[in-house]
Order: sequence, then structure tokens, then C-alpha cells
Amino acid sequence: MIRYLGKRIIFMLISLFLIVTATFFIMKAVPGGPFTSEKQVPPEIKAALEAKYKLNLPLHEQYFEYLKGVATWELGPSFTEKSSTVNDMINRGFPVSAHLGAQALLLAIFGGITLGVIAALNHNKWQDYSAMVIAVLGLSVPSFILASFYQYIFAINLGWFPIAKWEGFEYTILPSLALAASPMAFIARLTRSNMIEVMGQDYIKTAKAKGLHTFTITVKHAIRNALLPVVTYLGPLIAGILTGAFVIERIFGVPGLGREFVLSITNRDYTVIMGTTVFYSIILVVMILIVDIAYTLVDPRIKLSDAGKE
Amino acid sequence: MKKNVFALVSSIAVLGTALAGCGGGQPTAAPPSGETPAPSQPATPAAEKKPQVLKMNLHTEPPTTDPGLAEDTTSGAIILATFDGLTRIGTDDKPHEAAAESYTVSDDKLTYTFKIREAKWSNGDPVTAHDFEYAWKRALDPKTASNYAYQLYYVKNGEKANKGEAKLDEVGVKALDDKTLEVKLENPTPYFLELLAFRTYFPVNKKVIDANPKWAGEASSHVGNGPFKIESWEHKSKMVLVKNENYWDKDNVKLDKIEFSMVEDENTELSMFENGEIDWAGAPMSALPTDAIPALKEQGKIQTNPIAGTYWYKFNTEKPPFNNIKVRKAFAYSIDRQGLIDNILQTGQIPATGAVPPSMVLNPNGYFKDKDIENAKKLLEEGLKEAGLSKLPPITLSYNTSEAHKKIAEAIQDQWKKNLGVDVKLENKEWKVYLEDMHEGNFQIGRMGWLGDFNDPINFLELYKDKMGGNNDTRWENAKYKELLNQSAQEPDLEKRKKILADAEQILMDEMPIMPIYFYTQSWVQKPEVKGVHQTGLGDVDWKGAYIE
Repeated sequence: MIRYLGKRIIFMLISLFLIVTATFFIMKAVPGGPFTSEKQVPPEIKAALEAKYKLNLPLHEQYFEYLKGVATWELGPSFTEKSSTVNDMINRGFPVSAHLGAQALLLAIFGGITLGVIAALNHNKWQDYSAMVIAVLGLSVPSFILASFYQYIFAINLGWFPIAKWEGFEYTILPSLALAASPMAFIARLTRSNMIEVMGQDYIKTAKAKGLHTFTITVKHAIRNALLPVVTYLGPLIAGILTGAFVIERIFGVPGLGREFVLSITNRDYTVIMGTTVFYSIILVVMILIVDIAYTLVDPRIKLSDAGKE
Repeated sequence: MKKNVFALVSSIAVLGTALAGCGGGQPTAAPPSGETPAPSQPATPAAEKKPQVLKMNLHTEPPTTDPGLAEDTTSGAIILATFDGLTRIGTDDKPHEAAAESYTVSDDKLTYTFKIREAKWSNGDPVTAHDFEYAWKRALDPKTASNYAYQLYYVKNGEKANKGEAKLDEVGVKALDDKTLEVKLENPTPYFLELLAFRTYFPVNKKVIDANPKWAGEASSHVGNGPFKIESWEHKSKMVLVKNENYWDKDNVKLDKIEFSMVEDENTELSMFENGEIDWAGAPMSALPTDAIPALKEQGKIQTNPIAGTYWYKFNTEKPPFNNIKVRKAFAYSIDRQGLIDNILQTGQIPATGAVPPSMVLNPNGYFKDKDIENAKKLLEEGLKEAGLSKLPPITLSYNTSEAHKKIAEAIQDQWKKNLGVDVKLENKEWKVYLEDMHEGNFQIGRMGWLGDFNDPINFLELYKDKMGGNNDTRWENAKYKELLNQSAQEPDLEKRKKILADAEQILMDEMPIMPIYFYTQSWVQKPEVKGVHQTGLGDVDWKGAYIE
């Protein structure tokens, strides 16, 4: 176990290094820079700005400077938010994104599994069809349409929740629902198809023949095995929910990190692009590792040493 | 039993992944205070005052509240509310003494001496002439890397200091004592008093900056000398300004509080307005969603305000066919600006038949006729003959990706087809790629705009002074034009100067390196009880005199 973990951590560091390097050089290759603007400043001011942000150094020196920064977790000043550093932005924005993401994730997991199980147990009955209609809607309606729709119904017409902003628990409901819709639908379909497969297996038939309750069979024997693929999906899902909240954060005025991830590219805010990329990459590789470990706990047939050969 | 433990552990592990990184709780927000009470009881004879709280959306987080570094409208608005320059633009759109009590000007118009008013910073320090000297020199210091440092180039040796060719001590600003500031200029500058109301000229508190370089990033450390001060600032979410009790003119500040949300989505902002959560939506802090404009117009809710800005198309005058003046003119004369405004833009913009906006106009009649199709056809024919072409080469009109620019480009493409019989292709690019291409001359016709920094024609005309000037893009240059602009800088007589500048604009419109389309307006919706919000002709907003009726 220890040896395996050590190996995995070294692999993680190598992938992070590759991500940082690729992002850095691709970012520099894109035309335009942080000081490209409709009102061009005189050359001497441009030079002063470049000197201040060390953009006047040769590219490889900038790159090594940057690597040093990542290693010490000093991500540098933001070009757009002149009074903040990238560390400030991550420290402010991530807790909010994580809060929103966690709520959406819980909704997606529990909602999705419940819908999927109900659909599978009532295979080809009305419950199945209605659960799947909900799932198809959740997958096919883009989140920004859902978000506006929720705002219109629940905030403007019914007045149950505020339209936007982020000031207390009631403010978090609508964005969480909007963000959870698509993963919830995905999990529901995944659970349903796996449950249907598992319910047809011999050991379930045996359990039924033994005269066990449907409830016991479902909960104790079927769901756990049906959830394996769902666990696999969790790693990328968490990364997706954290980084993909951009549209939802914008529509609901949520002060999260998702928007920085996208806006920094438009602004060519180099330090923020790098900072958010590195930060999210770390989360992603750690998540994948945790999911692999969780896997062995859910399915005793899988041993960690095998998982390393993905 | 064992299995149960496993099931429990595994579900905890799964949930653990979901909750990882969820350690940072969010600050619990206090319930918004200052809620308007329901007017249930009849008003007492001693006319009850409404709570003086204005609720606005700031659209984005202000990147900084440092007057020396700010370069965007959001920061600019917060800075104008929390600082006071030597002058401040009044409701008549003219500069009035603010932090300066009075001033004298030398006969050659090169030396201004300001008497600084008795006033205090929001932290209680006295505001002195030294604060101004320090602030200007700080902005001119290349180490500060201030984007707007060039606004201080009017001050003697300002440009040299910023280029590192002169010492900061040689810059023509000097505190003779605590209350006297002497300023020496490079040239007579008739709009200098107005420039002083621009944020780069605002004072900053040296002690505060020395103590904390990140002073402008948090409410607790921010110090200003303006009508309001920052009470709280939850980044990217909320900002509250309250009346500054130390402000010299506090009796004329009626608002107790301005509560800003920071919601970027324009549709959400409008919903919040219609739901009564904010008192104002749209310009100058944000914009109304284009799709909502016709309906709002129908309900008679929209208000508009012209601002000093011009929307124009630039020709690349180095590439055929637009290296020919007559072809350029044909394209410019043949479009129907009024039709474009009535059918596409719909918010009262003014058709532009000159480069300089109405608030600083040199020639109120314009320089050519809008929709002059006959003339345009003739010019195109002649132009093609001059260039030795039988027909036009393929032409592409470029714009940066945006719904509004796309609509305008499509309408103009259609008008060129109908009125000139010319096929033009459209091409859109991502904003920064587009700018890079424009500045490098990789275009034939391209969209640009210019919003005035100060209310004087020179701000628009000097863009085309130098072929390789940073904001020219057209590669057009004209010796006579250049000479006229240089003359205007030396001319102390205002009437003569205006005449010189009008001659220059005439040359620009005779050669047509740019094709003016319309002069900008700002449009917004507001609650009728909000009064006294002053929007300057440059599109800045001042809440100093605002109140709730």
C-alpha cells in the first residue's frame, strides 16, 4: 500500500509538471497579452508594465521563475485585479465554489441514485419512464436555460428564493439545483442500467429464492455492485463541477473561482490562468487517487497494485 | 456485520471525496440593514424622510481602488465616490473647485497655483498639498507602472520622468507649503482644470501607502478624501459605501449609504431591478440586455444619456482598394446611419458625420451627408478608375466577437450590397486576437470605438496624428494634419484653437481613413425616486449629489 501510494504520488507530480509546462507555453503562444487593449498605452508605459510583471525576461527565464513560484505556492500578482494576488483570488473564490460544488454533488449523487434505482426496480413501468424523461431533460437542457428558468419560476414568480447573490443558505439553493441537473441525470441513467444488469444476476435470483425482502436485496446486494461505475465517474465529475460552474456562477452572481478560470483566458491574465490551472489540476489528480482508493473499499475484488496499471 | 462496516466506510469514502476541500466556510452575511419599511402608517406632518440608501449593481468586482492604478470604469466609479480631486465635474459638466479652494493662473497659462482646502482624509489625517505632489510623482514613476500615467504628461517633465529621461524631482508639481500647490505645464492646456477631475490627478495618502502596499484591496485599509468611504467589501460579492463624515462638503452629500451587488449577468441584473432588489440597472456600471431593449422602450422605461464616444470603422489605408480616398469615401457615404440607429441599435444614438462627438463638437453640421447614395456610387466609379481596377477585390469587414457588433456589421454589409452593389464578407475574432490584428494592420475594414478621456476634440483627433501611433491602426498620416495639431497645442487663444482643430477634422473627413458611424449613448432603467445621480458627458457617474425622494 505504502509503496503503491509513493509511486502514485510521483506520477502525480510528473503529470502536474507536464500540465504546468504545456499550459505555460500554449498560453504564451496565444496572440495578445495582458496589456493589449483598445486604448493602447504609450510604449514607455508598456515597457514599465512589462518590467513590473517580469514579462521582459526571456521566455525560459519566465518559465523557471514560474516553476519556482508554483513550488513555493507564490502564484504572483493578478494583471487584471491589480490589488490582489492570485493566492488571494483562490483563497476567496475556492471556498465558495467548493460549497456550491459540494451541495450540487450531494444533490446529484443522492438524487441520481434514487431516480436510477426507482427506474430500475420498476423497469418499463410508468415510474421508469418518468424518471428517464427527467433524466433526458436534465442532460439535454443547457444549465444556463435551467438557471434562468429557475430564477423566473422560483424567485420572480413564487418569491421563494432570492434571484441572485451569495449571502446565506437560501441563496445557495437555486444555483446548486441548476448545477446538479446534468450530473444527476447522468448518474440516474448509469445507476439504472447497472441495476437492471445486476438484478438479473444469479446471486440476486438466489437471494430472491431464499425469500429475502426486495428492500434487503436491493440495498444490501444490488446497489453496492451497481454503484461501481458511478464511483468511477466521481473523479471527473468533481473536477467538472468545480471548473464548469462558470455559467451558473455568472448567472447567479456567485463569487466563486469558476469564473476566474474562464475569464482569465479572455483577459490574458497569465498568472491567474496558470494559478487556477495548477490549482484545479492538483484537485483533479488527488480526486482520481481518492476514487481509486475508494474503489478497493467498495469492491474487494480490486487490489490497489492492479489499479496502478490503468 | 462486517459487510455493513464496509458499506458504511465505502459510502463515507465516497462522500468524503465530495466534501474534500470544503473546509473554508463562507462568512455569514448579516441581514441587509436599511430595508425600506412598508409605508403602512400615514406620513406624519413632519414629512418623514426616506432612508437615504441607494442599491446598485456594480457589475464586477472593482480590480483596484487605487486612483493611480485604476484603468476601468468600475474602479473609476468607486474612486470618484471615495476621492476628491483638485476639481470635480459639476452637474453643468464643467470643472469646479473641490479639494482646491481657489487657484491662480499665470498670464502665459503655464503655471497654476492651487490653494488646498482645509479637509481631512477618512482616517483623520489632514489633506495637504504634499499628498498631491506625492500622488502625481508616484503615478509618473516607471516603477509604479501606471496605465494612465500619460494623463500627467501635460505637467512639465511628466513624460520625460515616465520615460526615465528626467528625475521625478524635476516634474513640475511642488508643494510650496501644506496648503499651496504649484503646477507647471509643458504647454498651455485649456482643458487642464477638467483633467484635474480625472483620477490619475487625485491625491493619495502617503502614510497609508507606506504602511501597507496592499491598502487599496480591502475596506479596512482604504483611505480616501471623497464624499463616501468604503464600509465593507466582500470581494466579488458586495461592497457598501457610507457617507464620509470627514468630507469638506458633507452637507451636500445626502445619501447615507450605497449598497453595491456584484452580479455580472445583465439579464439577472434586470430581473433584480424588476423585482425591486436594486434601484437601477444598465449604464453606466453595466448594460441592458440587447434583447430586452425593445420591450423596455415600449414601456417607456428606458432613459438615455449621450456620451463623448464615437463608434467607427477603420480602413487599412495601405492595402488596396482602401488606399484610394474615393473608394473610402464611397463606402462611408453609402450607409444609412439613421436607419441603423432606428432599427438595430434603438437607444437614441446620434448619426456621426464627423469624428468628434457632440459634447465637444467643432462643426455642428457634420462634414458629409448621411446616406448620400448617388454621390457614393459616383465616387466608387471614379475611385476604381483611378486605381486602374475594373471591379473591387474581395473585401472583408472584421469585428470582435459580440452580438451587438455582429448586428451592426450585418446591417452595414446589407446596405453596401443594396446601395453600392458591393459584396463584403464578415469575419469575427476573439477580442485580444482582434486587437493584435488591428494594431498590426491585418485587416481591410475593422470596427473600433473611442470613448473620450476628457472633453476636448484633441483627445479624438490626436489618435490619427502619427502613422504608427498606438491607436491609429489605419496607417494614415497627413503632414498638414500633424502640423495643425501641433499648432493647436501652442495656441493660448481658445477661439483660434478651435478653428485650427476644425480645420484638422476637415482634413480627416476629406481623406476618410475612418468612417464614423454613430455617437454613443448610455441607456438604463431606474426607480423614479432616485434623484441627483450625475452622469458626466464622458460616461462617468458621480453619486455625490444623489438622494432618494
